[in-house]
Amino acid sequence: MWLADVFFYLFAVLAVASGAMVIMAKNPVHAVLFLILAFFNAAGLFVLLGAEFLAMLLVIVYVGAVAVLFLFVVMMLDVDFAELRAGFIKNAPLGLLIAGIVLAELIMVLGFRLVKPTTLAKATVPISTVAGIDNTTALGRVIYTQYAYYFEAAGLILFVAMIGAIVLTLRHKEGVRRQSIAAQVARNPKTAMEVVKVPSGGFTVPDKVVDNKPKEKVGA
Amino acid sequence: MMQFLNSIAPMWPELVVAVGALVLTLWGVFRPDNDREAEVVSWLAILVLGVAGWLILSQPAAGSSLFGGAFIDDGFGRFMKILALGASAAAILLSIDDFRDHKVLKFEYPVLILLATAGMMMMISAGDLLSLYLGLELQSLSLYVVAAFRRDDVRSSEAGLKYFVLGALSSGMLLYGASLVYGFTGATSFAQIAQVAKGANAMANVGLVFGLVFLLVGIAFKISAVPFHMWTPDVYQGAPTPVTAFFSAAPKVAAIALLVRVVTSAFPGIAGQWQQIVAFLAIASMLLGAFAAIGQTNIKRLLAYSSIANVGFALVPLVTNTKEGVQGVLIYMAIYVVMTLGAFACVIAMRREEGSVEEIDELAGLAERNGPMAAALAALMFSLAGIPPLAGFWAKFYAFMPAIKSGYYILSVIGVLASVVGAYYYLRIVKVMYFDKPAKAFLPVRVKVGFVISVSAIFVLLFVIAPSPLVNAASTAAASFRY
Amino acid sequence: MLAQAIEIWWTYGWPLALMVAGSLAVLVGLLIIVAFLLLMDRKVWAAVQLRRGPNVVGPFGLLQSFADLLKFVLKEPLIPAGADKAVFLLAPLATAACALAAWAVIPLDQNSWGKWVIADLNIGILYILAISSLGVYGVIMGGWASNSKYSFMGALRSAAQMVSYEVSIGFVIITVLLCVGSLNMTAIVKAQEAGVATWLSRMAGADTGAGQVIAKLSFLNWFWLPLFPMFVVFFISALAETNRPPFDLPEAESELVAGFMVEYSSTPYLLFMLGEYVAIVTMCAMTTILFLGGWQSPVAMAPFTLVPGIFWFIGKITFVFFMFAMVKAMVPRYRYDQLMRLGWKVFLPLSLLMVVVVAGVLQFGNLAP
Repeated sequence: MWLADVFFYLFAVLAVASGAMVIMAKNPVHAVLFLILAFFNAAGLFVLLGAEFLAMLLVIVYVGAVAVLFLFVVMMLDVDFAELRAGFIKNAPLGLLIAGIVLAELIMVLGFRLVKPTTLAKATVPISTVAGIDNTTALGRVIYTQYAYYFEAAGLILFVAMIGAIVLTLRHKEGVRRQSIAAQVARNPKTAMEVVKVPSGGFTVPDKVVDNKPKEKVGA
Repeated sequence: MMQFLNSIAPMWPELVVAVGALVLTLWGVFRPDNDREAEVVSWLAILVLGVAGWLILSQPAAGSSLFGGAFIDDGFGRFMKILALGASAAAILLSIDDFRDHKVLKFEYPVLILLATAGMMMMISAGDLLSLYLGLELQSLSLYVVAAFRRDDVRSSEAGLKYFVLGALSSGMLLYGASLVYGFTGATSFAQIAQVAKGANAMANVGLVFGLVFLLVGIAFKISAVPFHMWTPDVYQGAPTPVTAFFSAAPKVAAIALLVRVVTSAFPGIAGQWQQIVAFLAIASMLLGAFAAIGQTNIKRLLAYSSIANVGFALVPLVTNTKEGVQGVLIYMAIYVVMTLGAFACVIAMRREEGSVEEIDELAGLAERNGPMAAALAALMFSLAGIPPLAGFWAKFYAFMPAIKSGYYILSVIGVLASVVGAYYYLRIVKVMYFDKPAKAFLPVRVKVGFVISVSAIFVLLFVIAPSPLVNAASTAAASFRY
Repeated sequence: MLAQAIEIWWTYGWPLALMVAGSLAVLVGLLIIVAFLLLMDRKVWAAVQLRRGPNVVGPFGLLQSFADLLKFVLKEPLIPAGADKAVFLLAPLATAACALAAWAVIPLDQNSWGKWVIADLNIGILYILAISSLGVYGVIMGGWASNSKYSFMGALRSAAQMVSYEVSIGFVIITVLLCVGSLNMTAIVKAQEAGVATWLSRMAGADTGAGQVIAKLSFLNWFWLPLFPMFVVFFISALAETNRPPFDLPEAESELVAGFMVEYSSTPYLLFMLGEYVAIVTMCAMTTILFLGGWQSPVAMAPFTLVPGIFWFIGKITFVFFMFAMVKAMVPRYRYDQLMRLGWKVFLPLSLLMVVVVAGVLQFGNLAP
């Protein structure tokens, strides 16, 4: 299986390198593009682990939707990076301290081999291979049964995010004429037109000015 | 279908709250967008919370668990859930008039509170790192939104943003801790973690301890224990006052419940490790809460530091790692919730024609202008200061007794000293109300706010007559854990 | 040593060589087909407007696309002064590469030689969805790197549009997957071997003459009939997803000159065009596979079944492409708010509802695969 090893190192090296580039890139747009590359390589690693369903979801959700919006925002922001970096030196000692602590932990975790052997065994074969069932089916079988509680809770969390986004940002501007297709379609000559007989030699004002403004309630 | 519903009977209360939130969202969307409809939704939300509370009380006494231990229904959980439900209902009740005054009365608020409550109930019932995290996120996300609910107000938006950024950081730490715990035990359920985390070499498992530390850091953020309290004063000051009242009550209950459950059911084997951490959090919170509040002129900031100090007091009995300790936490939290809701209801009542005011000096001479409100606030302040025979004294009594019994004398002495220092600023408010030159009068107190103030004032005054229902309930609830 | 080398060749080299050969064959075939479809697009458009269309290069203008290709390649590539050079050049590459990569999993035929597909992934449809969602990057990167406001506006419009319509495409695909029970592209086609016609013939009595005639009408078996609303939604969403008229807002020439492609010229422009048309053909192929029975012949009788499946497949793609071209010729461009309204307020609820309906029918009608 040396081919799988080759690809593992390829994806892993690229993932780490692009991860490093995310924080080192001068241009924020480049940083986001490297982030996308990192996602890609993570998806590649998932494929190597035999979790192709997760890999594809990672690409569809994170690369295809989340990172696009992220890129959107970053492109439209006018970030002055020199200004952002001004605080870098000041906060560097604290950052280094935290980085040191985390590094020490990682060394403890990996160096002293304190990881429980059963966990290691799980890590090497993370997806139990049941004969005749691909991992999409396997996921489908547990996610709506055994893990339904988590699944529904995650759904509620997304629901909160949706309500939050709407309640904090949606504004109903006054005086905006909105298109109401139903109102447009419902119009007929009787309601839309008024035929006015114009007497010769003079002028007349229609009895009522036909208001074709849609009767859509604002704020629905 | 019925069979399925019966099989998940222990989580009916959660389902009622979650489904209620969904139904009320639809209701709110399809009804006209005005204050009256929003108020109707608020009352319906309170009704939903009431139904959930009734369902909790009608659960069979014997506990049970669902989804492979991810959801635990026991006496402890029920006690805390009732507390959280009550606090949420009070928060909705307090919000109606205040939000109408500030023109932000929207149906989304009660819906978000319901969702936050569902998250809290998940947290309280969590028996697994996954459900712990999901519950926590459900609650936190709703809280971020309601903190910024007055979106045209700069300070409210700032509060929401600050809370969001720091909350996300703390969630990150919690997740990191959870991943370490998972890595070193190979399990996410508390019961299995407890299996691994006991025995002779559990203490030597550095990674597990690191995981525990990060987990506790994440939870300490949520209960605003020192040194992870820095967001509290700003968020409490910036958020709309009814929201602040909510923050200081229900989420604290849920997070404390989570803390108690994590340390007692997942890490009993390495109690020595977390006892140190909890003791440090308790001491630091009590001291900082007591001293930092002295210089405050804004009553919401003052109550923020007060809530930090109170979390410290609530953690004291937990250090003992005994059944009496858990009972102490439960009693303390129950009394604290009532007191803090009452205090914040008084802050909501501080309004004049030109708007709400939050400075302590504005309370000057309140006794002459509005005697009953001054008396109620004074009672609450005496209680928070821990003056006998008010409820606050008994809360501290039940908090310190287990510590003294178990021999944590230094901790108890620091706690008593901190409450003496704290008494200074609580009593200062009483002094301002009764002995300073009267300021302009407030508008009359609204019925709903007045109701909350009176209930909490009566509770703190009369608790001494019949303490046994609460004490017994807490004792039963504390028996859920095995020692 | 030699034995080892031979073994390595047989385990890795030979499959790799096969895969490379297969990929090359598909790519070359695809590009040639795209060249003629491009011509067809222009011819149909011209015919609707009573023009002749390209008719100078070669007989009936058949070589027009190849002439265009030569012209593009030989022109000088211009890069604007303020452009982000690397991203500017990466964008068309990304578009073309993503569009072509989707063809790795598209099954062209299945016969006695086996499956005609480069990679028979068991999550093929997800792979296509993932790859087609990447198409938006070429557009955004190109629009941003050009350092021009028209480009950037075009890119923003395009990104919002593609992300919006991807949602309903996803739900449409879910309804199909519910009926199939697999994410494998070949399995999706195979699932359309039996369906409405089979059921009708059983209703009429499998032994009766009518029943036997109906059983032969295999085009009634395909998913377009039972999932007709989803077929329509998918067709329209595919137009929007590929920035085809009437949803070509990103490159609306009257508003944005040429949208994200304003600053492009020469080979980079060619790559953009190529990527766009390959993406369109991919969408046609998706429509064919999901709703029109892939390589299956429309009538299960002698003269039709003798035609190799790949020709049916190409024929169906051409048919769908013809529909795309007719829409381009006939329907006026949408306004941007109408586009968003259609995506979020019509298609999303409709497709969501259909997911529920289809799942319900399958569950309670005992039809679930």
